[in-house]
Amino acid sequence: MNLRRDVFQAIADPTRRSILLLLTTQSMTAGAIASNFDTARPTVSKHLQILTECELLRQEQQGREIYYHFNPNKMKEIAEFIEPFRQMWDTKFNKLEEVMKNYKKE
Amino acid sequence: MEEKTKIHAEDGKQELTITREFDLPVELVFKAYSEAELFEQWMGTKVLKLGSQKHGSYAFETSYEGNVVFKANGVIHEFVENEKITRTFEMENTAFPVQLEFLEFKKLTNATSRLTIQIIFKSIEFRDQLLKMPFAQGINMAHNRLQEVVSSLK
Repeated sequence: MNLRRDVFQAIADPTRRSILLLLTTQSMTAGAIASNFDTARPTVSKHLQILTECELLRQEQQGREIYYHFNPNKMKEIAEFIEPFRQMWDTKFNKLEEVMKNYKKE
Repeated sequence: MEEKTKIHAEDGKQELTITREFDLPVELVFKAYSEAELFEQWMGTKVLKLGSQKHGSYAFETSYEGNVVFKANGVIHEFVENEKITRTFEMENTAFPVQLEFLEFKKLTNATSRLTIQIIFKSIEFRDQLLKMPFAQGINMAHNRLQEVVSSLK
């Protein structure tokens, strides 16, 4: 399995990004996760499966329930994360500049 | 070439600073933040509410294929035209606690300006978690742009 490509694909989907965001600071059951989305439950299950397969999520059995955890080990050190964060804002601010330059011309 | 956007996140501190220099007069940068129609265009989100005044509040949401995938809101505490906005920022449906943001707009020349955003988090851990998810605040960014960012993580 090409793990890199899978992680890449996992994060490319906005619903899966929302799920990751939801699980960053808490673990939840599939039902609790699904209740945050208008999407059909089986669709959410499919997303959870993909995220689990590429190890962005871990499953843990607690009694009868399965809880999903975000797997921080998949993430690198914080310093390496500043660059993508910076690029994200740089892109937004470039857009701001473009929007306001056009606005000025009008 | 010097980068136009800079991030400063010191180890062991629960804050971070974003600095950007614009080829725009300070009035236009401030306007991009205070007028809903303009804010929508550059943030790529839908503004539900934007009360640009002291004690005003704001809310926005981003949809993808008909589903809302990201919602955020906050309250504006200080609003001084072309100078500063102090506000809270909260992502809905996540466990991230509210954060406090100080935006300072500074004129450099008649045609250039600098924006400094200081963000205070509830804890160092929450700051670090947010940094690990660059898409948390930019969830709506262009698809291929996101792919570039994700690729660079590997």
